[in-house]
Amino acid sequence: MAIPISYNIRSVGARWANAVVSVLGIAGTVGVFLAMLAMARGFQATLISSGSPDNIIVLRAGADSEMTSAVSLDQVRIIGDAPEVARSADGAPLLSPEVVVIGAFPLMTTGTDANVQIRGLSDRVLEVRQTVHVTEGRFFQPGLAELVVGKNAVTTYRGFGLGESVEIGGQDWRVVGIFDSGGTAFDSELWCDSNLLSQTFGRSENVYQSVTARLESRNDFTALKDTLTADPRMTVDITGERAYYAKQSQAVSMLIRVLGFLVASVMAIGAVFGALNTMYSAVAARSREIATLRALGFGGTSVVLSFVAESVLIALVGGVLGCIAVLPLNGFTAGTMNWQTFSHLAFAFKVTPSLMLWGLGFAALMGFIGGFLPALRAARMPVATALREL
Amino acid sequence: MKFLPFILRNLKRKKTRTILTVGSIAVALFLFGLLVTIETSLNAGVDVAGADRLVVRNRISLIQPLPISYQQRLRQLDHVSEATFANWFGGIYQDERNFFPQFSIDTDTYRDVFTEFVIPDDQWQSFLADREGAVVGKATAERFNWSLGDRIPIKGTIFQGAWEFNIRAIYEGETAEADETQFWFHYDYLDESRQWGKGLIGWYTVKIDDPDTAVEVADAIDERFRNSAWETSTETEKAFAAGFAKQIGNIRLIVLSIGAVVLFTLLLVTGSAMATAVRERIPELGVLKTLGFGDGTVLGLVLAESVLIALVGGGLGIGMAKLFTLSGDPTNGMLPYFYLGPDSMALGLVLALFVGLVAGLIPAVTAMRLRIVDALRRV
Repeated sequence: MAIPISYNIRSVGARWANAVVSVLGIAGTVGVFLAMLAMARGFQATLISSGSPDNIIVLRAGADSEMTSAVSLDQVRIIGDAPEVARSADGAPLLSPEVVVIGAFPLMTTGTDANVQIRGLSDRVLEVRQTVHVTEGRFFQPGLAELVVGKNAVTTYRGFGLGESVEIGGQDWRVVGIFDSGGTAFDSELWCDSNLLSQTFGRSENVYQSVTARLESRNDFTALKDTLTADPRMTVDITGERAYYAKQSQAVSMLIRVLGFLVASVMAIGAVFGALNTMYSAVAARSREIATLRALGFGGTSVVLSFVAESVLIALVGGVLGCIAVLPLNGFTAGTMNWQTFSHLAFAFKVTPSLMLWGLGFAALMGFIGGFLPALRAARMPVATALREL
Repeated sequence: MKFLPFILRNLKRKKTRTILTVGSIAVALFLFGLLVTIETSLNAGVDVAGADRLVVRNRISLIQPLPISYQQRLRQLDHVSEATFANWFGGIYQDERNFFPQFSIDTDTYRDVFTEFVIPDDQWQSFLADREGAVVGKATAERFNWSLGDRIPIKGTIFQGAWEFNIRAIYEGETAEADETQFWFHYDYLDESRQWGKGLIGWYTVKIDDPDTAVEVADAIDERFRNSAWETSTETEKAFAAGFAKQIGNIRLIVLSIGAVVLFTLLLVTGSAMATAVRERIPELGVLKTLGFGDGTVLGLVLAESVLIALVGGGLGIGMAKLFTLSGDPTNGMLPYFYLGPDSMALGLVLALFVGLVAGLIPAVTAMRLRIVDALRRV
């Protein structure tokens, strides 16, 4: 027969000081575990959501990112002629050949330079990337030294307020607009006219880093890829935009994950030690009670179950506390260096319900491990001796 | 000292609890060691940067090149004793995950500027003699099991093509903090073989004769090239490394918060274990006092017990952390300076001592204040 759970709740109440130690230990562990995962997930989400499932990105064959790629104007034209590429109302292909460079601008927080991605694009880009909207000011005009700035760039780097002028490569660029791409990597970028940008950076004319094209239908991806790869003039790699950005996020999210798991698992061992300590002293202090329960006819299994349940309960309280402590981090914007593109990127922590479930599961596991051995000891206690103890 | 056996006896009476408490402190200090290592590693290079070196890059950003002709002009400036350059290669060895930094270097001057890398002379000579030769850091050589004479294929990304290099020298850092992951090869080899960007280099490293003139020289360099097609931005190597580290984000804050959470939890665990120990022993302490041991001695005994637990646990934890860092970087090359220094280890022990003192304080004071009558009543 099972020992009623109310017995455990009351016992915890009677020995709350010890329980608090366990609860806090587990809360801290779950909190750190969740914060690390929320960071990794936020970073990944920022990059992955940058890609649209309707878009493809074309890079030079073998290039691992836009930074090492080059696509010529002839190739851009061939891509534009492909029937799978969507057209605008006036019949022009929806594609954006882009020049991507890095400029050094001071961070708002520290004043030290950060590498900021500057993207030169065609004025059709808003039709290609339909999630991007200009929220303040207007889009840049082709041929003019004008910048539209991502909403995170405005708050992360100095000197990008609407109407301000920024010097890049000996030329003054005016910030004419601010755009919002919905929390993607573009929000950390500066956008401007591609031809002007390649001139400023001394790049050869009519060479782009990448071409982003919108598909007529997302099912056309394989067809387009086959057409283009079969063309001998095209030495390019074609990737879904989403897959491309997913790959970009790999290195940093792996770093965060490896470190997060390492730190959390070491902390978990510590928390389990704390829980073990609490439960062992609980068992020692309650040896008479346990013996009484046994004498009343509760079997060994019931005792084990009861103590494990108590420990898991304490751990779950800790888990819930840990989750609550991490909740305010949701949406917190941090910046880091994305190694693949060598540039600075702002991203928001993402604390999702599924993450919190993971946290609770983790807490329950720690409680189980911490409670099992002491519970065994409780069940094995010889009834007669324990009852005699004062 | 004569109380030591007594303290040890007390610790042995509840072995499980002592082991668990020592264990939690060990775990916490292990974590501390790990966090410190990660933090230093992400601040890569700030601590090892030479005070007498300046980094000169294109003013627009690091990815924009500078002309090779600047080397002569840099050398002519006051206080500049040598100028060397390097170029980022960014190739891939077998798989993208096998990341390590590759530079093409100016073989005539590089070694004179970066004196912290130790290379046997005969190896250096054979590197110089081989146009396709390469020098590789010990850590990277061990990671991929390379030895002298091996031919290494690397796929170019920025400079396309299949490149091949012969390992001619393996360098070691003069100090344990040095970055032993780099891979260097001849700039001439790169310049002859690449299709574009000939005569351009990535950045210069300038050695100055007096570290106090660093700011002055940096300004002089930028002034020298102002209004040219290739304007420069010059800063000390330390500032350069720090700027890089700052871009990685507010790691220090994250590390500190985790550390604080851990330390707090640890205090609770040790404190509660000590409190339980004292509670159980109240009658005994009464007997001790009856026998004539003073309040101070009783206080000392309890504190000593707590401190001993903390120090043993702390020593174990820091020792494990050191062993762990010796086994190398767990992220495969993302953290080049994976090293736990002796001062961090000492700091860890001080921290453990602090935890032992604070955690033992309340129970020790309780024990000290105990009145004999009350204590003995519980026998």
